[in-house]
Parts: sequence; structure tokens; C-alpha cells
Amino acid sequence: MATQKRTVEVALSTTGVDAQGNPQRVPLVTADDGTAVAVEAPPAVEPDLAAEHMLINIGPQHPATHGVLRLVLELDGETVVRCIPHVGYLHCGFEKIGEYRQYNQIIPWTDREDYLNSIGNNCAFSLGAERLFGIDVTERCTVLRVIAMELSRIISHLVWLGTTCIDIGAFTPFLWSFQRREQVYDLLEAWVGARLTTTATRVGGMAADIPDGWLDGLRSFVRSFPSTIDECDRMLTKNAIWVGRTVGLGVMTPDEAVNYGLSGPMLRASGVAYDVRKDFPYLDYETYDFDVPVGTNGDVYDRYLVRMEELRQSLRILEQAANRLPDGPVNVDDPRLILPPKSKATSEMESMIHHFKLVMEGPRPPIGEAYVAIESPKGEKGYYMVSDGTSKPVRWRIRPPSFVNLSAISKMVEGHLLSDVIAINASIDIVMGEIDR
Amino acid sequence: MTGPFEIQYAGSADQGAPVPVTPKQVPHRGGAANLSAAELQARFGAAVRRVEVVWGETTVIVAPEAVLDIIRWLHDDPSQRYDYLSDVTGVEFRDLELPIEVVWHLRSLPYRRFLRVKVQLTKNRPLEVPSVWSIYKSADWLERECYDMFGIRFVGHPDLRRILMWEQYREGFPLRKDFPLRGRFSRAEQLRQALAANPEARYSMEELSIADAFEDLPSDMRQRLRGGERTGE
Repeated sequence: MATQKRTVEVALSTTGVDAQGNPQRVPLVTADDGTAVAVEAPPAVEPDLAAEHMLINIGPQHPATHGVLRLVLELDGETVVRCIPHVGYLHCGFEKIGEYRQYNQIIPWTDREDYLNSIGNNCAFSLGAERLFGIDVTERCTVLRVIAMELSRIISHLVWLGTTCIDIGAFTPFLWSFQRREQVYDLLEAWVGARLTTTATRVGGMAADIPDGWLDGLRSFVRSFPSTIDECDRMLTKNAIWVGRTVGLGVMTPDEAVNYGLSGPMLRASGVAYDVRKDFPYLDYETYDFDVPVGTNGDVYDRYLVRMEELRQSLRILEQAANRLPDGPVNVDDPRLILPPKSKATSEMESMIHHFKLVMEGPRPPIGEAYVAIESPKGEKGYYMVSDGTSKPVRWRIRPPSFVNLSAISKMVEGHLLSDVIAINASIDIVMGEIDR
Repeated sequence: MTGPFEIQYAGSADQGAPVPVTPKQVPHRGGAANLSAAELQARFGAAVRRVEVVWGETTVIVAPEAVLDIIRWLHDDPSQRYDYLSDVTGVEFRDLELPIEVVWHLRSLPYRRFLRVKVQLTKNRPLEVPSVWSIYKSADWLERECYDMFGIRFVGHPDLRRILMWEQYREGFPLRKDFPLRGRFSRAEQLRQALAANPEARYSMEELSIADAFEDLPSDMRQRLRGGERTGE
């Protein structure tokens, strides 16, 4: 039975004073045993805690840090005074390993850095290597790579949407987006046989052409996917909780965003219309009709809006690519680069020699260097390769967009609440595999 | 709430600029150089040692002592406006006699230009280049990574610590060519060090200086730290 309390009389406080400086009048309450107890008013001012800053550690195993990111925060109450990020827990030395691998052997490693954009990384690496070899891929291969890249953008943005919703406290869009993501993975599986680690490209072409009827599957996905975007849109865009937890957080002005090297949706949410697909095009992106969404406030909410719009724009590109996909060979006609068919390698002398040389030695680019950047879902992803004329690169450098974007987190979270750190961190869309490499 | 949000594409500041196209049939060497290269040569003279165009990308090889001025000019000059630093990295060649290169990849977003600035450092002198952190904040982590992997010191960087490897890492600089693929220490030594590491020492001294965090540590650890033991990550 709940304790019943009744106000019976008023007593004079022993600690509090009223506006005139007289002892405050406080209610007297009878306890269960019948004695009267004065209820003291809470102190008018909270005790000053400003001197004691707190040290809080988040990660590296915290689920809201999207991997093995560790943030050490200095808190004043609940407000972040300083943020010291630590990365490197997933460092595997991809760039070092790449110096010991032939160009085609590096492609599996590109799957594993930004593993949400694996097929996009494959294409990007192959583009870089092809620049180094001085070849242009076939028309069909170009369009297939555009399809692959836009599909992987959709995958990455869907994972971002789902996990960010979880971080902020909405569960349902997570299920919707991951359901759709599975459908894209099914498409990729039908194409290259793998879902996550695709290794879909080769220097000079693709590992496989699309199977019969695959475009129908793509078209049906393109037709049905907008309903999911609309659903998430209805669920979130005008949702008071979502807006309250995202608007005005982690603001970067356009000048700051450029100076901090932000790229991708992070940069465009700040109002800078820089998209590698438009400004430094590759794979004939200049011939596709699509818009680049640009935000105005540079906060978490605008980053969300930009990514949602990019999903729709990716669908536009996919539709155009599916309609223009030409017939013809996928791989370049160059026996120095592309393996001969197995039947020829075992029956023709010349093909057998090419096969042997390609497998044992690997193709050799001329001396030179190339930096090829693509617009990955996270931003400007660059591959910088230096060749000394041997079949293995002297240097293979990944320019990781997540890494540079994350370096601005100390600035973005300053002055915000601890719970907003999670939302801001989610809005960067980091993949630790890419940051630590 | 979608009010302030718009779909637009502003594009280049130079409205008369042609629409960029996918580069095709790029020659191995030669071809049109980035316009900024000639202007750099005219302005900085001998400090610009060489201009190369490889696979359509312009590389400017400059003197180490002039690189900060050159990059600052590229950033500030209204006719250049290289406002975006894409990447800072190093290159060491398999021929160990060749100098180590430090490479800056710069972009001018308004003029849609891409320029590679390079410095060659001979190995008989300390590997030092000026930091461009004062111009580009994005250089912060990129330079730290380059230092971590190559041991190149960026003079003027406010916080040049290891970033991917841990602070007590003693095996050297992993991307140097004299660093073996499997590390310098044996597996047994690596295991021994891992087991000997103090898992409680997770904070740096800088972090422990926040408020009373140091006083919250167990007393034996405080004594060890006072005795000169370093904390780890």
C-alpha cells in the first residue's frame, strides 16, 4: 500500500530563505508514525560542479561507435568540452601488403577496407590500375561498373540509415532498410557469386558478365525501392523526435567543411556542391542525368536529407544505365592483361604462354603514377598507385574518406551533449575497416 | 522541414568552363599540364625543380624549404584557390638509394584543377618537411598517418603522434621498405610484449590530466606512473 502523505501545517524552514530574506515557509508532512516532518525546499541554485570535469571513455567495443572507434571525452556535466579520438584498432597494413601483390591480387583487399562499398572499391582500384596501364575499358564494362557503383552506394546508405536510426532510437527503419539491402546483395550474388566481399573487377574488365535476366531483377528493384525510401521519409523526416535529435548538431560551415577535407554527403550537407562524379568525372558519369543534393545548415539533419536524396538519384542513374547497357565484350582485347579462356590455354601454345606469364608474373605497367578518385558513398575515395615497371606497385595508397571525415569529430562534438556525440558520430558514416586499413 | 534543403548543382566558379569529361586515351607522358604549374614556375623560379605530366596528371616537384610557401600561395591566391587537400602521403622506392617522396594531392574546387606537389627527401638528412596544418585542417590526421608509417616529421604540426599504431610501438615505421612484411620482431617477441603490456593503462597522461581522473586510478598504478612508467592507449 502506498504511503499516504497529507499536508497539515506550515513550518519555517531552517535552511531556505524567501525573497525577503525571511525563513522560507515549508509544508509539514506527517509520516506513517504520526510525527510531523518539515519538507525542506530544494536549494535555489544547484551546487557548482563546473570545476570537476569528468573523463568518459566510449569504445572501442561500444556498439554505437560503429566499429572499433574509441572516443575519450572530457565532460563538464553532460556537455562535451573536449574529444580525443583513437583509431587504429583494426589496422591490418593493407597498403604494405599491396606492395607484395600483383595488381589483380590487390583487388580482394579493396573489398575489405570499406566493406559496405566493396564492389565500388573494386571498380575504383581497377580504374586506377587501368590508368597506370594506359587502357580504356569497353563500353559495356563502363556501364556495368556504373551499375555496380550505384548499387553499392545504395547498400552503404541503407546501412547508414538503419544503424543511425538504431543509434538515435528508431528501430523500424532499420528493419526496412536491411530488408532492402538484402535484395541488393541478392542481385550482387547472382552477378558475381559473392555478397559482401565481391572482388568483382579485374584490371581491364570484370570477373563476370551479368547473367541472363539480371537486368529484369535490377529493374524490378529500381521500381519497388522508392516505396521504402518514401516510408522511411514519412517515418523520419517530420518526426518530432528525429528532428529534435538531429537538427543543429555538429554544424560545419562550408569553409570549415572544405578546410577539414570533408567529402561526400558530409561536405554537401554543408552546402558545397562538390561531387567527384560531376567535377572530375570517371566512367562517363557526365553523360548521366542526375542531381547533386546540397544542404544548407551542415548539421546531422541535412546529412540525413542529402543521403536520402542520393538514394533516389542513384535509382535514376541505375535506370539510365540499365537502358543504355550495350552488347559486346566486357573485357578489353589484350592478352597481356586478360586471361585467355581455359579451353584455349590448354590447347593453344600462344594462349598457354599468356596464361603462364599472367599467372606467374602478372601484367607490368610502365613506370608512372596515378591518383584516381571516385565518389564513394562516404566521399572522395582515392587510390594512388606508383609503379616502377614491375608487376607489383611500389606504393598503393588509399585515400580514405571516412578517415578524413572522422578527423573533424573533435570539432563537431565540442559543446554538445554526450548523447548527441552518438548522433554526430553516426552522421559521419564511418567504416573502421577503411579508417584503419 | 524540407524547406532549407535544395537540389542544386552549383559546379565550377568559372561559369564559362567546359563541362568536365571522363579522360580517355590519356598519353603516358606529356600532354597539357595544369595551368598552375607554369604560374608556379614563373613565380617561384628555381624552387620549382621539375614539372611532369604523367597519365594526364601534373606533378610539381619542389624544393623542401619552399613547399610551405608554394602551397600557401596555391591556397590563397585568387587565381588558384586550391582550397581542398585531398591527401598527404609518402613514397619510398625499392631502390633504397632513391629519395623518399612526400606527396600532396591538392584540388581547386572552384577551378576544377588537380595538382600533385612533391618533395624529394634524401636519406642522409633527417626526414623533415613543413606541416601544412596551418593552411588545411585536413592535414592533421593525414600528416600523423604519414609520420606513423614513414617516420617523416612534419615540422609545425601541433600534435604529431602515432595514429594507427599504438604509442609504445617500437618496431619502426611499417611502410618503409627496410621494414619486413611480417614486422621487425619475432612472433614470440611480439607476443611477449603484448602480454607484458599493462591493460589498465588505457589513457594517455594528457587524458589523465582531465579533472581528477588520475586520482581515480588504483593506488599501485598511480605509484608506477609517478615512478616514470608511461601509460599506453
